[in-house]
This record gives sequence, C-alpha cells and structure tokens, in this order.
Amino acid sequence: MTDTQAPPVRTPESNDEALLRVEDLRVHFPTGDGLVKSVDGLSFSLRRGEILGIVGESGSGKSVTSQAILGLHKGSKARVSGSIWFEGTDLVAASEHEMRAFRGDQMAMIFQDPLSAMHPFFKIGDQIAEAYLVHNKVSKRDARQRTIEMLQKVGIPNAAGRYDDYPHQLSGGMRQRAMIAMALICRPKLLIADEPTTALDVTVQAQILELIKDLRDELDSAVILITHDLGVVAETCDQVVVMYGGQAVEQGSVAELFAQPEMPYTWGLLASMPRMDRVRSTRLMPIPGSPPSLINVPNGCVFNPRCRFSDRVPGRKCFTEHPELSPTTGSASPLAVHEVRCHIPAEERQQILLTEIRPTL
Amino acid sequence: MTTTAPRPAPAGATTTSEKLLEVEAIQKYFPGRRSGIAGQKGNPIRAVDGVSFSLAAGETLGLVGESGCGKSTTGRAVSKLIEPTGGTIRFEGRDLTKLSPRQMRPMRRQMQMIFQDPYSSLNPRHTIGTIVGSPFRIQGEKPKAGVKRTVQDLMARVGLNPEHYNRYPHEFSGGQRQRIGIARALALQPKLIVCDEPVSALDVSVQAQVVNLLEDLQQEFGLAYVFIAHDLSVVRHISDRVAVMYLGKIMEITDRDALYERPMHPYTHALLSAVPIPDPAIESRRERILLTGDLPSPSDPPSGCVFHTRCPKFKNELSDSERDHCRTVEPVLEDKRPGQSVYCHFPQVRSDLIDGAPAAAGAAGESPIRTTRPRVA
Ligand SMILES: Nc1ncnc2c1ncn2[C@@H]1O[C@H](COP(=O)(O)OP(=O)(O)OP(=O)(O)O)[C@@H](O)[C@H]1O
Ligand SMILES: Nc1ncnc2c1ncn2[C@@H]1O[C@H](COP(=O)(O)OP(=O)(O)OP(=O)(O)O)[C@@H](O)[C@H]1O
Ligand code: SF4
Ligand SMILES: [Mg+2]
Ligand SMILES: [Mg+2]
Repeated sequence: MTDTQAPPVRTPESNDEALLRVEDLRVHFPTGDGLVKSVDGLSFSLRRGEILGIVGESGSGKSVTSQAILGLHKGSKARVSGSIWFEGTDLVAASEHEMRAFRGDQMAMIFQDPLSAMHPFFKIGDQIAEAYLVHNKVSKRDARQRTIEMLQKVGIPNAAGRYDDYPHQLSGGMRQRAMIAMALICRPKLLIADEPTTALDVTVQAQILELIKDLRDELDSAVILITHDLGVVAETCDQVVVMYGGQAVEQGSVAELFAQPEMPYTWGLLASMPRMDRVRSTRLMPIPGSPPSLINVPNGCVFNPRCRFSDRVPGRKCFTEHPELSPTTGSASPLAVHEVRCHIPAEERQQILLTEIRPTL
Repeated sequence: MTTTAPRPAPAGATTTSEKLLEVEAIQKYFPGRRSGIAGQKGNPIRAVDGVSFSLAAGETLGLVGESGCGKSTTGRAVSKLIEPTGGTIRFEGRDLTKLSPRQMRPMRRQMQMIFQDPYSSLNPRHTIGTIVGSPFRIQGEKPKAGVKRTVQDLMARVGLNPEHYNRYPHEFSGGQRQRIGIARALALQPKLIVCDEPVSALDVSVQAQVVNLLEDLQQEFGLAYVFIAHDLSVVRHISDRVAVMYLGKIMEITDRDALYERPMHPYTHALLSAVPIPDPAIESRRERILLTGDLPSPSDPPSGCVFHTRCPKFKNELSDSERDHCRTVEPVLEDKRPGQSVYCHFPQVRSDLIDGAPAAAGAAGESPIRTTRPRVA
C-alpha cells in the first residue's frame, strides 16, 4: 500500500488543504457466497471548488464509495476500513449520530435512484421543504417558498403547481430534478451526484450541470460527479478517477486524461462509445469478457482477464503482481498529476496509444 | 455465452408483411391537479395527445424528446400497462383497447417492457431468480428446461453471473439491476419490447454489450423494439426509424438517417445541436440552438403549434403573418418529403447540425436543401 501517500502537490498556488481525503478505502460485504470486495483500496482527494468525476465499469464500486462517504453503510453488515477525512473528521470512525449532522447540511447526495430517495406517500414539495427545515430555522412558509424557487432552478415547469405532486406523478426526469433540488437546497459544501443526469435529455442535462457549476462557483463547494457519460466529464470536471473492480485504475486532471489516456481499460471505454457524429453500421465494440468477480478478485492486475495487452509485459507480471497506481511520464506538464495502474512500461503505453488506439477511436 | 434461453416463436404465428403494431392517435390524459388558489379541478394533463406510428416485426423505433414529453406514458399505454384515454392500438391486427383484462392476458406475453427505473421496478424482497422467473409464474407456464435453468440461461445472456440467482436487488449495482429487468422482459420471448431508457444506467462498455445483445435477439427472433432514450448517439445506432416527441405529440418521424442527416423540424434541430460531441475540433464549428423558456404545462398546451412558444425559427426567422399562422393553426404531422413526416408549417432541411460542416450548395446530391416556405394565407 503505497499509492495512498501520493503528495497532493498540483500547482504551486493552490496547495491548500483538501476538503475531502479518501485514504485506502475498503468496503467489503459479507455474503452467502463469500466476501464481496466492492471497494478495495481507493484513495483520492478533493479540494473546495473542485469537481471530481468518477467513471468506470458498472458495478465497480462508484455508488458504494459515495455511500461510504455519507456514512450510509453504518449499521449494515458492510465492513468499512481506511479513512475518509472531511474537514478534520474521519467519517469512517464517526458515529451515525455525527454523520446525521453532516448529511444534508455539510454534504448532500443526489442518488442514482430517485425513487428510493423520495417517499412515495408524501408530496415532493413537502419532502424538499422538510430537508431544508431540518437544518435551517425558518418558517414553514419560507421553506415552501424556497422549495418552489429551487424547483424552478432545476427546471421544473410550473414549480408552484408541482409542489403538491406525489413522486409517481412526475416523469422520470422530473423526479430526478426534484431530488437534485432536495440535495441543493441546503447548499452543501460537498455534493455527491451519482448519475444525476442519466434520466435527463440533453437540454435539461446542460441546465443541471450548469446548476452544479453554479453551486461550486457561489459557495466554493466541492463536487463528486459519478457518471457514465464521458462527454459530461470532459465538459464539467476538473479531475477524474477511472474505476474498475473496486480500484482506481487511472486518475488525473481531465485535460491530461482525455489527451493522454494510458490504461487499457480506459481505452476500452473510449472505444465502446457510440458517437452521434458517426454513422456506424457496424457493431459497437464493448470490452470483451465480463466484469471481474469481486469475491475472487483476479491475481495481479484486476483487468488482466480482459486486457488485450497483457502479453506485452514480460514475465506474466500482469497475472502475478498487483500493479501500483503510479505517475505516468507522458504528461505534457510536469505539474500535472496523472497516475496509471498498469505494468506496461510508460513509453510503450504511449506508443500503443499513438499507433494502435488513436486510429480506432 | 449460452444461447439456449429464448427460442423462436412457434412458426405458424408468422405474420405477413402486415404491421406488428399500429398505434393510432392514442391519448393519455391524467386527471388535472387542483389549481393553486381556488382549489377547483384543473384541466386534464395531456401526457400523450394523439400519437400515431407503426412498427413492423423486427423493426426498431427510437422515441426521443425532452423530459416529460410523454415518452414513458406512450410506452406504457402501448403495452397496455395503463389504459389510454383515446385512440387505438392494433397488435397483429387486434385492437388492444377493446380487449378485457382477461382477453389481454395472453397478449401480454407478446409484449414486454423494460422499465426506466431499474430500482422501483424490482421487488426488493424477491431474489433475482424469482424476479426473472416471474413472467413464467404469471402466465402459468413451465419452461421445458425448468424455471431455474432457463432463468440462469437468461441471466448469462444479459451478462449477469448465473450464480447470483439467489441474491436480492439491493446487492446489485444500478447497471446490473437494469440487466435483471432486461432478462425478465426476455423470459417469455415476446414479439415486442418497449425499452424505456434501457441503457442509460449502464457504463459505455456494458451499454455496448446490451445494445449488441438487443440487436442479436432482434436478428434471431425478429423482435420489434420501441426504444425510448435521450441519448441520441445510442438511438442513432440502434433505430431504423426515429420519432421526436414534444409535449405529448410527435414532431417528426422518419428514417434514422434522414432524421440525423436531414432533420426538418426546428425542435429536432435544437435537440441535435445540443448533444456534446467528444471532439473539440468538430465542437468548435457547430452551432448550438438553445431553446428558451419553460416547457409549457401539458395541461395547458399553447394554441396553434404546441412548439411555437419555444421555437427558435418562430422567434427569429418568421414574418408577423407567418407567426400568426403558427399561433393559431395547429400543424398536421404529414409527409414533407417522402417518408419524412413533420409537424411544422415551415419545415426546413438542415444538414449542418451534427458535424458543423457548412451546408455547401449541392453538397447533398438530392433534392434542394433549403426547402419549403409555404404560402401563408
Ligand atoms: N449490500 C450489498 N451486498 C453485497 N454486494 C453489494 C452490495 N451493494 C453493492 N454490492 C456490490 O458491490 C459492487 C459495486 O456496486 P456499486 O453500486 O458501487 O457499483 P457502481 O459502480 O455504482 O455501478 P453502476 O454504474 O452500475 O451504478 C457491485 O458488484 C454490487 O453487486
Ligand atoms: N400518474 C400520473 N399522474 C399525473 N401526471 C402524470 C402521471 N404520469 C405521468 N404524468 C405526467 O405526464 C407527462 C409525461 O410523463 P412521462 O413520464 O411520459 O414523460 P417522459 O417523456 O417519459 O419523461 P422522462 O424523459 O423524464 O422520463 C409529465 O408531465 C408527467 O408529469
Ligand atoms: S410550426 Fe412554427 S412554431 Fe411550430 S415548429 Fe414550425 S416554425 Fe416553429
Ligand atoms: Mg451506481
Ligand atoms: Mg420517462
């Protein structure tokens, strides 16, 4: 375990304290079939005003990570270890009681599933106002007013009229926006948005991302944005973590990572994207094989069963030795942080990118 | 990968060139909510207001449009999960709107739905095995290989580990749950699947897998899909034809390539222009058409053309008399070019929206590119 201590040095003028520092986080679930290692040694940090994107395989531990940050595994059978520093408090060690004070006020989450975050039998407006009332001493009337404003901000037409709707009366995208309103109404310092725009059309998506950026600009909040949409990451985020099998396999600044992706899994992601500007009559190109078992995690590199390039590494190292997350040398800027978990030597990775990957993207 | 799960529908059932599904002017109005002050019942919510399309066996119709425009409601009405308030739905020639629930039952196995929300559509207290096997129970059917075996084959088919047969939904990630819903929809080998955002919860690689899977199943069994999605890249890839909806109505419906290369409706133009393309060079020369204003309330749709309150063309390009026409006369969805039906008085072909290439004169070999300026009374 060494990658956890990567010094957070970026640009000389902005080496202020991280708002959130996740260190060697592990979340394991005991199940009848064995121990599911959903998150296994994840580290990253986030400063105020920064938007961090998390992308990666479905089932790679993105949501479980964000649940751990919010302390939602407390009281469940999950085993959480490592640390999550938030403004001087280690959330892994914090009690459920302490967490409750953080949630909603200091940190808020936009959940991947809008319905589970909303109670089916209460009006959406009341639910949002309630979230506001818990942390703010205002009258019911003010809370209602504020809720309506928030519903307007997230682009719900006729917000005052929608206040009294029940969740099932909204379309999928409106439910998602109602939940976004609920997360934003308390103006959290840390916002975790788990697939906030998947149910939204492109025009509303643009609006929501704008709203998230506004929150960042106005309050200097930090944002974790979990998404499958690489276009959204490119457009919105400053940093990005690519996850696979419960680990970060590549991370760095967005500009770096898009200009110079170096992990074979990241290449696979980029190659499987359909693009609207291309007529592709051929089939899409998913990464062959299936996601790793999180119970019997492959030895060596987690990606090895699906990697086309493991034969480029001498001595079957991909199958025997777990690669560390280490800085790449391909960066344009010496200050850029860009780390890759892969045994292929850096120069060779860059060569592969140039000659074999680029032409197919 | 095992391919034993779905078997071709019994021969004999083959329909001729006849359409599998014909939807005519369906409507779904929900009861209005009480209006703010007086508390009296408001206008009904016209979630779907006169949608017509047809679908042949083995064909895919993409359904796109802004959130709240009625895509899911259309899908649910078509598969009779909710009663439409008007219009007809013919499935293999039979009008489903006239069938009693009892008569509907055997039809249900032919048409399945993959739900937009993979969370709420899975009962948290049931194991995956029970959920995927539930269509067999509901239809009182025993698959030859046994329920467990068949369900496990289905699970493998959609890329789930069959060993997870006894797990519960909360133990799966969002994308995995979506695949559970897909496996369930495939269980009875339906002829039509209404897919409501089937891949939007999936990462791009799994998404590619599922899209390929849906295409394979279509090839193999002649499945037809109504494919609801807001990801216009995926829709372009999978659809044969595409319908663009706005406020409960179809704005434009045509072949996939026509829609992306020669869209005619101003709303289609705006939608296509808003999709980010992950290539800075292309992105910098594209025009982004922004829609201003709120989506109007479906209980109080604008007069004339329902899109006129937000139409960039209406706002920027039309003369006063032309605007009057948009405000007062509702357009009819009709062919403006062969096979391209458009709900607009002033449709115009644009072919510069996706790659930003200037629509050079004569660039597109066929009929004149900037079209129709109809005379206005
Ligand atoms: N309560 C639980 N018990 C057992 N396993 C679990 C539990 N919750 C999650 N998992 C497993 O942990 C892994 C990570 O799940 P997580 O929800 O974090 O994935 P994700 O990266 O958010 O995926 P997606 O993009 O599909 O939402 C999955 O393989 C899932 O099956
Ligand atoms: N049960 C209901 N009662 C009242 N109104 C409803 C109901 N279901 C849907 N609506 C309304 O009908 C309209 C269309 O909803 P629908 O769910 O079909 O939209 P959609 O196009 O699927 O949107 P999205 O992309 O957000 O999922 C919305 O205005 C919605 O609020
Ligand atoms: S009919 Fe008029 S308002 Fe409607 S889309 Fe066409 S130009 Fe715009
Ligand atoms: Mg998730
Ligand atoms: Mg919907």
